[in-house]
Amino acid sequence: MLEFFNENMLSIYLLIFTVFLGFELISKVPTVLHTPLMSGANAISGIVMVGSIIFLRLTDPGDYVSLTIGLIAMIMAVINIVGGFAVTNRMLSMFKKKKN
Amino acid sequence: MEVYFQLAYLIGAICFILGLRGLSDPKSARKGNIIAALGMGIAVVASLFYPLEGDVVPNNYGWIAGAILVGSAIGFLSAIRVQMTAMPQLISIFNGLGGGSAMFLALIEFLNLDPAQSSSTLLPVIILFTIFVGSISFSGSILAYLKLDGKVNDKQVVLPNHQYINIFLMLFSIAFVVFTYFVPSPVTIIISVIICLIYGFSFVAPIGGADMPVVISLLNSVTGISAAAAGFIYDNQIMILGGVLVGAAGTILTILMCEAMNRSLINVIIGGFTASGDAAGDQGDQTVISLSPMDAAILLKYSSKVMMVPGYGMAVAQAQKQTKELDDFLAKNDVEVVYGIHPVAGRMPGHMNVLLAEVDISYDKLCDLEESNNHLSDTDVVLVVGANDVVNPSAIDDPGSSIYGMPVIEVWRAKQVIVFKRSMNPGYAGIQNPLFFKGNTKMLFGDATDSLKKIMEEIKTL
Repeated sequence: MLEFFNENMLSIYLLIFTVFLGFELISKVPTVLHTPLMSGANAISGIVMVGSIIFLRLTDPGDYVSLTIGLIAMIMAVINIVGGFAVTNRMLSMFKKKKN
Repeated sequence: MEVYFQLAYLIGAICFILGLRGLSDPKSARKGNIIAALGMGIAVVASLFYPLEGDVVPNNYGWIAGAILVGSAIGFLSAIRVQMTAMPQLISIFNGLGGGSAMFLALIEFLNLDPAQSSSTLLPVIILFTIFVGSISFSGSILAYLKLDGKVNDKQVVLPNHQYINIFLMLFSIAFVVFTYFVPSPVTIIISVIICLIYGFSFVAPIGGADMPVVISLLNSVTGISAAAAGFIYDNQIMILGGVLVGAAGTILTILMCEAMNRSLINVIIGGFTASGDAAGDQGDQTVISLSPMDAAILLKYSSKVMMVPGYGMAVAQAQKQTKELDDFLAKNDVEVVYGIHPVAGRMPGHMNVLLAEVDISYDKLCDLEESNNHLSDTDVVLVVGANDVVNPSAIDDPGSSIYGMPVIEVWRAKQVIVFKRSMNPGYAGIQNPLFFKGNTKMLFGDATDSLKKIMEEIKTL
């Protein structure tokens, strides 16, 4: 337990500071942007893809169970990322048009 | 060598922060989204070539390339093809996939754990936590998707005393996950996953109607937390940062939604709206006044200020194009048109803004709750297009109502109110709306799109 804190102290700092940073960044968002903000943030949560890349790169090429589950995890994360950013961009381009 | 990749991660993390900041201001939102996407690209490329520990790294680039191709194609095509009205469903399902990804990853990491090595560290705890959070996000978002898409009706999934069942399921799933920690085996972990999935499903089941925006942004936050937890499995800073940012942003948005309804998060989670259908009230002998499209056209043409109050019904009827046409016609005839947008109108945060933006309605015409209420005293006609709970006077004057205390758009203060409605069936939550029986309210029965079309035909002949 203590060993874990010892080894991960920086990550724990990162976690705590990021929580506050996240609250600060989003504290005053106009209603117009609620949906794009949500879907943009949603796309960022696809960062779990990085984990699936590391996992697949380290997996023994003969271990088909791990490869398959890793593949599923990665496809899911990629859909989340690509779809999320694309749909956000599409929505925001509609908002942009009106300003002119 | 490794330091270059660490620097790339750092740049990616900065992009996420700048991107999210950009997304919170209309002027920079589009740029913000692109910066965030760029950050993601950098993080992904860095991970592909990061020098991993081990003499021989298998890499499996073929598998990775396949996943990227398949995932990108599915994600991109569904984002491009989706109807704007189906946006809440799509965002919900994307969100669930993020959580599901974390869940599968944690599952396979758990199955591959080396028992001798893991007993001394907290790694299994982190993995199990990721499974718990990831599964809730996964199955919860799938149910939210099914509900939003109309494939599942609220009443079909709510059991009697559902809040107690949920508390029991939550405790049971935590207990079983803890059990799995002490008795790790493929069987226990798979049962854990199944129980957590059931809990996620059941967690979302009683939440519906006007509470949908809250649960969507809450699930978004949960997915962020699961990504951050997975970041601890790989000791990867950008995963932690990205996940936590999303978790925090989702939490803020959830709180904003709850405040807009003047309810606590706990109250929403318990399922206040659907749980108390008894507030329907007896309106039996009261009568409603209906009017024809012709009458509505006359009222609109000779007024000087009109407010449209859109709701989920507008999304269902796809009535935004007709709304815009009417708006254009009225504007040409010197009638001022404004839109009253309630923060929780629709099924996701900001839903109405997206729909109205789609048909090019300028956003300076969109008024938030407070502005709308200020406009009402000199508004001649209010058109309620598919809104119900957000214009319900019970929220203000009926302490027995389940929406009592929620700020609403007080449309009845305008001179005339015209409500588009399919039938007299009460709204989503089975709450009767006394607005329909007020003296200055007139009902125009039928599909909102048809009604608007008929009004357009009539108004042109005047």
